[in-house]
Amino acid sequence: MLRYIKPVIFLACLAPLARLVWRGLHADLGANPIEAITHGTGDWTLTFLLITLSITPLRKLTRQYWIIGLRRMLGLFAFFYGCLHLMTYVWLDKFFDVHEMLADIAKRRFITAGMTAFALMIPLALTSTRWSIRKLGGKKWQALHRLIYFSAVAGVIHYIWLVKADLKRPLEYGSVLALLLLFRALLWARTKFASIEKRELSQV
Amino acid sequence: MGFSMLIKKSADIRSSEITPKSIYLNRRTFLAAAGMAGAAGLLGASLRETIAPSMTALAGNKIDGIKKSPLSTTETITPYKDVTHYNNYYEFGTSKDEPAELAKNFRTRPWKVKIEGQVEKKQELDIDTILKMAPPEERIYRHRCVEGWSIVVPWVGFSLSELIKRVNPTSKAKFVEFTTLLDKQQMPGQQRDVLEWPYVEGLRMDEAMHPLALLCFGMYGEELPNQDGAPLRIVVPWKYGFKCAKAIVRIRFTEKQPMNTWNISAPQEYGFYANVNPNVDHPRWSQAKERRLGEFTKRPTLMFNGYDQVASLYSGMDLKKNF
Repeated sequence: MLRYIKPVIFLACLAPLARLVWRGLHADLGANPIEAITHGTGDWTLTFLLITLSITPLRKLTRQYWIIGLRRMLGLFAFFYGCLHLMTYVWLDKFFDVHEMLADIAKRRFITAGMTAFALMIPLALTSTRWSIRKLGGKKWQALHRLIYFSAVAGVIHYIWLVKADLKRPLEYGSVLALLLLFRALLWARTKFASIEKRELSQV
Repeated sequence: MGFSMLIKKSADIRSSEITPKSIYLNRRTFLAAAGMAGAAGLLGASLRETIAPSMTALAGNKIDGIKKSPLSTTETITPYKDVTHYNNYYEFGTSKDEPAELAKNFRTRPWKVKIEGQVEKKQELDIDTILKMAPPEERIYRHRCVEGWSIVVPWVGFSLSELIKRVNPTSKAKFVEFTTLLDKQQMPGQQRDVLEWPYVEGLRMDEAMHPLALLCFGMYGEELPNQDGAPLRIVVPWKYGFKCAKAIVRIRFTEKQPMNTWNISAPQEYGFYANVNPNVDHPRWSQAKERRLGEFTKRPTLMFNGYDQVASLYSGMDLKKNF
């Protein structure tokens, strides 16, 4: 199953970029193309973070356990679009002006949040190989990769803090994220209670 | 005789030949009703589109007798399509491409403007009376949005002072307040509480009387497109774009400084004065540079958007405090 589906999903994940490039080449990005690229790549970074986070709930709810095999690729696509988003900022917005960027990171909280979200993805991308899992050990690796929760939260905050008045879009992302995190909280609570019950039972 | 001779290019059509927008919009409403009554109405509508498509394709009616103005900049004018398809007009949605679409059927006639507050005579002026108060001028102005992008627009109108002089404000009038139409049916953006509706803006009297402050009803030689504030708006080129109230239905003269919508929404971010100022950042982003639509790199933002002649209005004022 995975063997056939993975290349298809891989190509599908490239579609947003392809569409952006196509529109760019056909002068179809509107009056402010750089803004369209910034918003487009930012949106897809958040979307891929949420898709990655939905793999675990989907697996459990549908009992399609094989889809875990897609998670790394999806997570790396979140990082990929995040890189494009950051590059747009560094190049097309700040034109590599380090001084201006540092001032931005220090002064503008939405930039601080965005940079945090991106920085938190870096260790995850670096340790996405099988070799890293073996080297770190499953437990440690898993603990490290929980950083994705914080990255996604920072990403949503980044969006909330940058809009002028209309919070609809960032809150849509926020509510999906809240649902995905709630699922984990419930799962965690269930296993916790289950283990307490077990312990109490064994004591009887 | 070739068929092509029957079809006039838009340049050949005199503005007097073109059906006034109000009439063709009314006719459209009528035809829509007729269409519901029977197929004949629909047939009529499609026939009309086939015979004279240019009438609806035309963005607005040409304005006759426009004078050039020494206040105009010689900078490159931003293309019509960009100015009309990339702008903020929250009454028609919060995305910049929404107003062009959602304002299509906005009715700008009949239109009255109430003159209220500290004036000798409160009155209601018809839009067409206002438009005849002074000869139309083309004012090519830089326009800087608080978000960090800018455009150059050939507005058509006359100095706001022309209207103010004619309505005789009393000596108590220290400020002018402008109110946008409130109509949830026609302005779907008002169905959401993104901002407090109706939109209000204000100017100090001396600002409003400055010759640069424009009472605007056209652009690019034509009547204002709906998405850009038709039928009547103001343009205050040394201030951020949000100061320029659109679709104005009320002008009120006040003793006290009026509220303005963005200031109500986020007082720490948007002030009453909102003068373009590269040295006073928006709390969340820098105002030092701007992206002129159509340009790749950013250009430095100029104090008062380059309109230094207004500096004397603010002498002795702390512009960091009065942002």
